[in-house]
Amino acid sequence: MPNLSLTKTPIPKQPVEERIHNFDEVELGYTEELALEEASRCLNCKHPQCVQGCPVNNMIPDFIAQIRENNLDEAYRIISINSGLPAVCGRVCPQERQCESRCVRGIKGEPVAIGRLERYVADRHYSKLNAKPEIAPPNGHKVAVVGSGPAGLTCAGELAKIGYKVTIFEALHVAGGVLVYGIPEFCLPNYVVQREVDNVTSLGVEILTNMVIGKTLTVSDLFERGYEAVYLANGAAWPTFMGIPGENLNGVYSANEYLIRINLMHAYRKEPDTPIMKGGTVAVVGGGNVAIDAARAAVRLGAEKVSIIYRRSEEEIPARREEVKHAREEGIELMMLTNPVELIGYDKDDPKYGFVKSVRCIRMELGEPDERGRRTPIPIPGTEFTMDVDTVIMAIGTVNNPLIKKTTAKLEVNGKGGIVADRITCKTSREGVFAGGDVVTGPATVIAAMGSGRLAARSIDKYVKAKAEGNAEW
Amino acid sequence: MFTIVKKRALTSTVTLMEIKAPFVAAKARPGQFVILRAMDDDERVPFAIAKCDREAGTVSIIFRAVGATTEKLAHLNEGEAVQDLVGPLGMVTKTEGVSRACVVAGGVGSAIALPIVEQLKEQGSSVTMIVGFRSREEMILEDEFRAASDRLIPVTDDGSCGGYGSVTVPLKELYESGEKFDLVFTVGPLTMMQKVVETTRPYGFPCTVSMNPIMIDGTGMCGGCRLTLHRDGKDIVSFACVEGPEYNGYEVDFDEAIFRNRMYGKEELHAHEAACNLFKKEVM
Ligand SMILES: Cc1cc2nc3c(=O)[nH]c(=O)nc-3n(C[C@H](O)[C@H](O)[C@H](O)COP(=O)(O)OP(=O)(O)OC[C@H]3O[C@@H](n4cnc5c(N)ncnc54)[C@H](O)[C@@H]3O)c2cc1C
Ligand code: FES
Repeated sequence: MPNLSLTKTPIPKQPVEERIHNFDEVELGYTEELALEEASRCLNCKHPQCVQGCPVNNMIPDFIAQIRENNLDEAYRIISINSGLPAVCGRVCPQERQCESRCVRGIKGEPVAIGRLERYVADRHYSKLNAKPEIAPPNGHKVAVVGSGPAGLTCAGELAKIGYKVTIFEALHVAGGVLVYGIPEFCLPNYVVQREVDNVTSLGVEILTNMVIGKTLTVSDLFERGYEAVYLANGAAWPTFMGIPGENLNGVYSANEYLIRINLMHAYRKEPDTPIMKGGTVAVVGGGNVAIDAARAAVRLGAEKVSIIYRRSEEEIPARREEVKHAREEGIELMMLTNPVELIGYDKDDPKYGFVKSVRCIRMELGEPDERGRRTPIPIPGTEFTMDVDTVIMAIGTVNNPLIKKTTAKLEVNGKGGIVADRITCKTSREGVFAGGDVVTGPATVIAAMGSGRLAARSIDKYVKAKAEGNAEW
Repeated sequence: MFTIVKKRALTSTVTLMEIKAPFVAAKARPGQFVILRAMDDDERVPFAIAKCDREAGTVSIIFRAVGATTEKLAHLNEGEAVQDLVGPLGMVTKTEGVSRACVVAGGVGSAIALPIVEQLKEQGSSVTMIVGFRSREEMILEDEFRAASDRLIPVTDDGSCGGYGSVTVPLKELYESGEKFDLVFTVGPLTMMQKVVETTRPYGFPCTVSMNPIMIDGTGMCGGCRLTLHRDGKDIVSFACVEGPEYNGYEVDFDEAIFRNRMYGKEELHAHEAACNLFKKEVM
């Protein structure tokens, strides 16, 4: 008998008044009882739409059916057929726009909490530490992967399982990409990412940190060192600014810098060597996950007031609904239909000269839809106002980094600097070079990057084997 | 881990460290830098590559213990290792076609000038070097600079080296005596570089500055290293770790750069004191 409740089974959370003082995970995960309760909301549809909504077509009703039987190993196995990082995706996927948006239960009431169930299966799986996945005997082929975010980790893991010797080259001092330096601990704890990284190394993948491809070694060097294929999964993390006056004042950060200081360099701990501006009034510009994460991090660093300034309305906010809700609960003000026009610094005779003092903003209204159907925000003349701030965080997007493009001959890039690659084969314009994840799509999602990593592994396998037989096509 | 193969005190507070980093050594060129993390949980700090030995697979850095990381670094000994070292980062110095160069360097930052002067010398350029230090005791790399330049003009704040006061005094004298240069290269404290640029501006010689902003990743991910260039009436934002650290000195907004480097004045000092206390405790 299905559970006919119209709402999702609530997930235990840290109470708001506690969580705003720490960086621990907000959502604590389903217990067995809660998972069973939620799993029985799934109607096990004959033609499940949720599967179509999932970017990697996870067999959702099947794994949920296994949860109902308390067959978590089987549930995990089913998820693993299409997904490499369930503990991560269960936590950070925008389910409300993917699988859950198609769930029939969502027509009347809330959809099944697919993300929470996925996380439950993955967390239980890890807490039991099951037998390692099978690894094929070494096939003698070497592949290089550039970047250790979800795309790189997944591709490396998949290739290692079928016998490849894979080396990941990572620019930073730790592996994990955005999952470690961008997404904060309270959404995605580091131990969850570390488990995935350890999983990949336990398959025999070698991860070399402190290796900037384009500087320490070039793509050509990798081929010279005997790698037969190179997978570029180096993300798109070059922060952009608005181009308004005052953006280089002290106290103005890119969201990447702010989050890197916190997540990667642990500026939230008691005695950090990496400093960060804390407290006071913080304004975050943007409406994506990055903006929400930065704002919520600012709250936890002790800011008295945090506002998110976004030029469209709440309906258009690209961030995950759940996180917007959390942000609101944590006291963050959402200033919608507003756009900064200037950042103003302190006067010359003020001791704080050089630091940002206020933001001048203008109100916006939504005009005609553009080609993509998104209504364009238009400034309303005469509505300018100024608000005092101590810190401004620019979370208006990132673009591609030029390092690899500049040092790799015959690699085609698009107008935005993204590497041009086929979405299915992941092949670029240069033979032997594959690419996927944010570096191809621009900033997207973890699941899309993970999905690309899987496709790339298949395509690389095909290419390397064909090449060894002397009939590789490009 | 990256092993420290040699550690040498250049002055009472300045240390040279030669570190095993074969990948970096194989690629390093004049003007480039590395980012280093002394121990786990430490800051990432950029250091100019002062020397590079491709055969030995080592790079050398020179630093003064001024921040928490440099303080901890100074306590590491030969045979011990630093946690992380990444590079070579930044663009390579453009020296092609230079026949007469004047290199003006001040303080510990002058370390980055060494490979540049050596490169200039190797390609047959004539090199005049002006180096500025607080006092004779603080002077570093004197023999190396003397060997690599045709003329070395040292100045110190207290006059203990002949020249007295600012590096711009002898620089101006050279210009006024009619000397011409097709490259003026300067590295050192921001205020010093700014003065060098302003002294050179009326003469119009190409003037390259080597900037030293606060950095974290060093690969274009954070934008913390950004600075403003004034070019053709426009303001351009540039990430020094990828597009620099060398710039046309006439374009750089020095006032802004000076403020940006002071952003964490208080916090840095605090972390430095904390590190000092840490080591005092360990020593006792
Ligand atoms: C703050 C923030 C919050 C986000 N929240 C969500 C969310 O809730 N849900 C969601 O689905 N998505 C979210 N995203 C987006 C998601 O994280 C990315 O789409 C995804 O991580 C992209 O994966 P990737 O493997 O392509 O690249 P990345 O994760 O960016 O990894 C690239 C790696 O390559 C390394 N690298 C870069 N250049 C080089 C080089 N030259 N040589 C060697 N290594 C290099 C980088 O250091 C990095 O480790 C968020 C992003 C950010 C920044
Ligand atoms: S140091 Fe982060 S972008 Fe330059």
